[in-house]
Amino acid sequence: MLMKKTLGVMAVTGALAFAGSAIAQDKIKIGVSYPTPTHAWAAGMNWHAEQAEKRLEALYPDVDLILVNSPDPSAQASALEDLVSVHQIDALVVLPFESEPLTDPVLNVKKSGAWITVVDRGLSQPGIEDLYVAGNNPELGRVSAKYMKTRLKDGDNIVVLRGIPTVIDNERFDAFMEEIEGSGINVLDHKHANWNRDDGFEVMQDFLSRFPDIDAVWAQDDDIAIGVVAALKQAGRDGDGMFVVGGAGMKETIKSIMDGDTLIPVDVLYPPAMIATAMDATVAAFKSNGPVAGRYILGATLITPENAESYYFPESPF
Amino acid sequence: MTSASEGTAGKSPRRISVDLKTLGPALALLLLCIIGFLLNPAFVSEGNLTNLLTRSAFIGIIAVGATFVITAGGIDLSVGSMAAAIAGVMIIVMDNAVETLGTGVPTVLLGCGVAIILGIGAGWINGVLTTKGKIEAFIVTLGTMGIYRSLVTYFADGGTLSLNFEVRGTYRPVYYDSFLGLPFPVWVFIAVAICGWLLLNRTAFGRYCTAIGSNEAVAKYSAINVDRIKTLTYIIQGLCVAFATIIYVPRLGSASASTGVLWELEAIAAVIIGGTVLKGGYGRIGGTILGALILTTIGNILNFTDMISNYLNGTMQGLIIIVAVFLQRSDWKLGKNKKS
Repeated sequence: MLMKKTLGVMAVTGALAFAGSAIAQDKIKIGVSYPTPTHAWAAGMNWHAEQAEKRLEALYPDVDLILVNSPDPSAQASALEDLVSVHQIDALVVLPFESEPLTDPVLNVKKSGAWITVVDRGLSQPGIEDLYVAGNNPELGRVSAKYMKTRLKDGDNIVVLRGIPTVIDNERFDAFMEEIEGSGINVLDHKHANWNRDDGFEVMQDFLSRFPDIDAVWAQDDDIAIGVVAALKQAGRDGDGMFVVGGAGMKETIKSIMDGDTLIPVDVLYPPAMIATAMDATVAAFKSNGPVAGRYILGATLITPENAESYYFPESPF
Repeated sequence: MTSASEGTAGKSPRRISVDLKTLGPALALLLLCIIGFLLNPAFVSEGNLTNLLTRSAFIGIIAVGATFVITAGGIDLSVGSMAAAIAGVMIIVMDNAVETLGTGVPTVLLGCGVAIILGIGAGWINGVLTTKGKIEAFIVTLGTMGIYRSLVTYFADGGTLSLNFEVRGTYRPVYYDSFLGLPFPVWVFIAVAICGWLLLNRTAFGRYCTAIGSNEAVAKYSAINVDRIKTLTYIIQGLCVAFATIIYVPRLGSASASTGVLWELEAIAAVIIGGTVLKGGYGRIGGTILGALILTTIGNILNFTDMISNYLNGTMQGLIIIVAVFLQRSDWKLGKNKKS
C-alpha cells in the first residue's frame, strides 16, 4: 500500500519536473556573473543587480535571469562553465574579476552561441563581446576638474587624493590633470589614499599640516572624501569656502548634496547601478526591435542639489 | 652612539653594549624625525606631532599585546580582522541600543563593554585552540583572521557600517578631544604601555612568558602552567585590540571590510623593530612603543614630501624596517663579541 503510494507520488513529481523543464526551455535565460561584494561599491552593484532581476522578470515572464557571484577569478571561470552546461544560457552579462584570466572562459561561452555583454572591466581580446557597458573613468577626472575650474580662480591651491595605484586611478588622475592644466590652479601634491576612509583621513591630516593654504580637495572617491571631511573638521579648516569633490555616488554623499551641504557640494557619478543598465540592454537585445550591439559608455554625470534625487537609492548598501 | 657610551661611562663594557642595543630604535626614530624636519619644518609643528602620536596609538596598543604573544613564542595574525569585527559589532550594538538607552553616554559605555567582552573572548578562542587544540598559532590565527574579516563583510552586507549620527556626537570626543594638551587616544596608549611594561618586567607572569618563549619544555618541567600563561597572552592581545577599537570607532564612526587591513603585520613589525625576538624568549615593551612610532613616522614623512614616487612608498617602508632591525641586530652581535 505504502509502496504504491510512494511510487505514485514519485511519478507525479517526475511528470511535474518534466513539465517544468519543458516550460523552462522556452524561456530566455540570461546569466549574470560578477565578483562577490567585498566592498561598498560592489555591494551596491549586487543590490542593483537583484533589483533589476526582480523588475525584468516581472516585466517579461519569459525572461529568466540567473545571478552568480564569485570570490575569485578562477571561481568566476567555473561559474561561467556552469552557466553554460547547467543552465544553457542564451546570454551572459559579466563583470570580469580580472581581464586576463577571464578572457578565455568568456570566449568559451561565446562559442556556445550566447550573447555576451561585458560590464566595466574590458576583456584582454577585442571583439568577443556583443555589448560593452562601462563607466567613464577619464570623464570622471575631467568633469571633476571642470567643476574645480568653475569654483576656483587663478592661483588657488588644491590637493589630490588618489585611489589604489591601478589603471583606473591613472585614467582618472591623468584626465583631471590634463583638464586642470593652464587654468592657473596649483595642484600642491597628490598621494594615494586607496579608496579608503582611514587613509583619506591620515593623508589629509598630513596635507593640512604641510600646506597652510588649501582652497579645495579632489578626493576622487566618496569613501576618501568622508575621511577628508573628518580631517578638515578636526583641523577647523572646513570653512572659508573650502570644498571637497568625491566620486562614485554613495547614497550618504548624495543625501548630503540633496540637503545642500557646502563642504561636499557635488559628486561625480561612477554608478554601481551600471550592472542594471547592462542587464536592461541585454534583455532589450532579445525584446527590442532596435539594434543593441555596440559600446554603451555611461556619462560621468555631475550630481548637484538639482538632480541629486534621481541618483538617490536609500535602500542600497552603497 | 658616543654620547650613549659617555652616559654609562662608569659601568662595565658589557653593560654599554646592552644599552647601545636598547637605544637602537630610539636612535632610528630620532634620525627619522631629523629627516622629517629637514624635508619640511612643518613636520615638528604641534598639530603634526599630535596627529602622529594619535595615529600610532592604534598600532601601538595592539603591538603591546603582540609583544606578550610573541615573547611567549606565539604569533597572532588575526588582530586586524578582530579589530574590524569588534568595530562592526560595536556599531551594530550601539545603533540598536539607541531606542532603549538613547544617544547619550550609556549607549557608548555599552558599546565599549561589548568591545572588551568580544576582545577577551576572541583572544581566549585563539589561546585555547593553540594550547588545548594543539594547533600551531600561525594556523589558528590565520583561520580566525579569515573568519573575523568575512564576518564584518557579512554584517555590513558588503558595504560600510555607520554609527548613528547623534551617538557619534557623544562618542566623538574620545578620539578628538585632549587632556593636558594630549589627545585621549595618546593617554590610552600611555596607560596601556605602562601596564604592559609593569606586567612584562615586574611580575611573575612576565617572567613566565619569557621562560616559555625561550624553552617551552623547560618551562613545563619548572612547574609553569604553560597552557594557562599562553592563553592569557592571547587574552591580553584581544583586550589590547578591544582598547584600540574603542578609540578607533569614534574617529570616523564606521567599519567596513577595509578596516584594520594589515594591522597584524604592522603590529608584528613594530614589535620586532622594538627588539623583541620573533621566535620568543625576549620581549621589550619600550622598544615596541618606539617601533610603532617609527612605522607611523615613516608614513607621515612620505606624505610630507613629493621627492619619492608614490608608487615606491612600500619600498621605503620596507627598507626602513629592514635597516632598523639590521642596526639593532648588529648591536646585539657587537655585544656578544665583546663578551666573548
